Amino acid sequence: MMPALAAGPGFDPAQQQATGVTAIAMFAGVVLVTLFVTWWAARRTRTTADFYAAGGGITGFQNGLAIAGDYMSAASFLGISALVYASGYDGLIYSVGFLVGWPIIVTLMADRLRNLGTFTFADVVSYRLEPTPLRSLAAAGTLVVVAFYLIAQMVGAGQLIRLLFGLDYNVAVVLVGVLMVLFVTFGGMLATTWVQIIKAGLLLGGATLIAVLVLAQFGFDVTALFARAVEVHPDHEAIMLPGTIVANPVEAISLGLALMFGAAGLPHMLMRFFTVADAREARKSVFWATGFIGYFYILTFIIGFGAIPLVAQNPDYLTGPVGSELRGGANMAAVWLAQAVGGDLLLGFISAVAFATILAVVSGLTLAGASAVSHDLYAGVWRRGRVDEREELRVSKITTLVLGMVAIGLGIAFEKQNIAFMVGLAFAVAASANFPVLIVSLYWRGLTTVGAVLGGWLGLISAVTLTVLSPSIWVVVLGNPAGSAPFPYNAPALFSMPAAFIGCWLFSMIDRTARAGGERAKFDAQFVRSQTGIAAEGASSH
Amino acid sequence: MNTDVVSRVRANPKFAELERKRSLFSRQLAVLMVVIYGGFIYAVAFQKPFLATKIGSVVTLGLPIGLGVILSAILITGWYVARANGEYEQLIREIVEDTQ
Repeated sequence: MMPALAAGPGFDPAQQQATGVTAIAMFAGVVLVTLFVTWWAARRTRTTADFYAAGGGITGFQNGLAIAGDYMSAASFLGISALVYASGYDGLIYSVGFLVGWPIIVTLMADRLRNLGTFTFADVVSYRLEPTPLRSLAAAGTLVVVAFYLIAQMVGAGQLIRLLFGLDYNVAVVLVGVLMVLFVTFGGMLATTWVQIIKAGLLLGGATLIAVLVLAQFGFDVTALFARAVEVHPDHEAIMLPGTIVANPVEAISLGLALMFGAAGLPHMLMRFFTVADAREARKSVFWATGFIGYFYILTFIIGFGAIPLVAQNPDYLTGPVGSELRGGANMAAVWLAQAVGGDLLLGFISAVAFATILAVVSGLTLAGASAVSHDLYAGVWRRGRVDEREELRVSKITTLVLGMVAIGLGIAFEKQNIAFMVGLAFAVAASANFPVLIVSLYWRGLTTVGAVLGGWLGLISAVTLTVLSPSIWVVVLGNPAGSAPFPYNAPALFSMPAAFIGCWLFSMIDRTARAGGERAKFDAQFVRSQTGIAAEGASSH
Repeated sequence: MNTDVVSRVRANPKFAELERKRSLFSRQLAVLMVVIYGGFIYAVAFQKPFLATKIGSVVTLGLPIGLGVILSAILITGWYVARANGEYEQLIREIVEDTQ
């Protein structure tokens, strides 16, 4: 899968020159604004409800922008435009897949999630099931997804900072990690949400500007842009149809499944349903988010195609003559395109926004990971709910610090992976571990704790195992010889998702204990509350 | 939540109406999305020549189809939210009032 992108070029130290003063001034401006927002939010973050859920006072429109902000991550912006740049139509397959999860979320899950949950999705599944084992499962699922997602963002950030300031990649990754920890520890969900909102606006504006400037160069004739791209791209007409991503149908279907259902299992997305006042606002926020994200993906498609004639044909942006690799790594197509159509000013603006994007997404992810540890593992499993808010908050801040260090380590280890692909893996794990347990608990009366726990672990372990045994990790990251990967496909969801669903069903059917009977009986109360929100009023201070 | 409230809500004909309407509509839309996207993935996996059909000098049929899937996702979401935030919310308000 994506051989052209699997390995980025080695970076020649001689090329690590910093870009112009304008670019760096723009960059510093955006970073200062985000730090100001954190400071402002820190003064308002008092309780765990503030820290995890921004106090529940975000409106639907604001939350829609924040969700879109989380989704329009570095992986979407840099990764998908880089995919389109490298292989054309294939990038669109990812875009489409990332988007189609949202209608599923809003029709099947959003109402019920908002009505049942408080801070994490474990709250939802443990409404009628045994909380302790489910919280352990949810925390494990959350941490694995967060880790894969973090890798993608850290790699993007490292490459961007290296490109912009000429810093060493490792130094750049450490810098991002430190900023992220500061940011989450002091600002919590309130700061993260506001930075997402501001950044989503800037990113939509910036990407629109690049797309318009690209089209202007072709007399606002999209066909002329495509014609030129086909003419100069080494694969010519092949870029207008599905290519390397779907080398075999099994991978295409497996990836499709992961993308569609993964969104509904991403912990940092699920968390956003708890930052709004009620189900009504939750639905509104999904509508706004879907609109913004869809529009944004159309822009990245134009940006990726624009980079084919405007960046790949200009030796200034390449490591060598026309036909060689991009300077700064394969993921930098959109950044160079900004320079090509808008000069240093737009380059600085786009890099700054891309960096703010990464910082905000990484912070949101870390927050999801931290709440999984402090709210689910520490408060729920270890202390069995007997814990005060101050202590829980302290644990989540310590977790943030640890996650920051883990993120730095992973960012360095995975330097050469395409970031859109890494996000695809995060989606596969989310679709195999979190999503099945969540959807089955909402819809099937027969689910018991035993079924949910065994099914969930089965999905999680099979997804992770198959990923490690796939060529992209086994060969590319672990350095085993090509062709030796025990699992032939780069997308595990086609196998791990059914494993989870069958596990949930089978072990629930076998479970004939008295406790299982009680759990089935409690479905009615869960059902009424999930449909109407009755008894949900006191949810934010449980 | 005590079982009395639960059984009162369940016995309310408005709850049955809400449940019937909403679950039908939401499942229909979810299936519609799965079918549209499934068709797209099916074409990508097995019907490449179809997607490669030229419409115009360079643009292939795959392009408007891909964009169409994106637009359909936005429309489906909007359709559900419009109906849920109007009709269903009204029913839910009435159910909550009846329960108190």
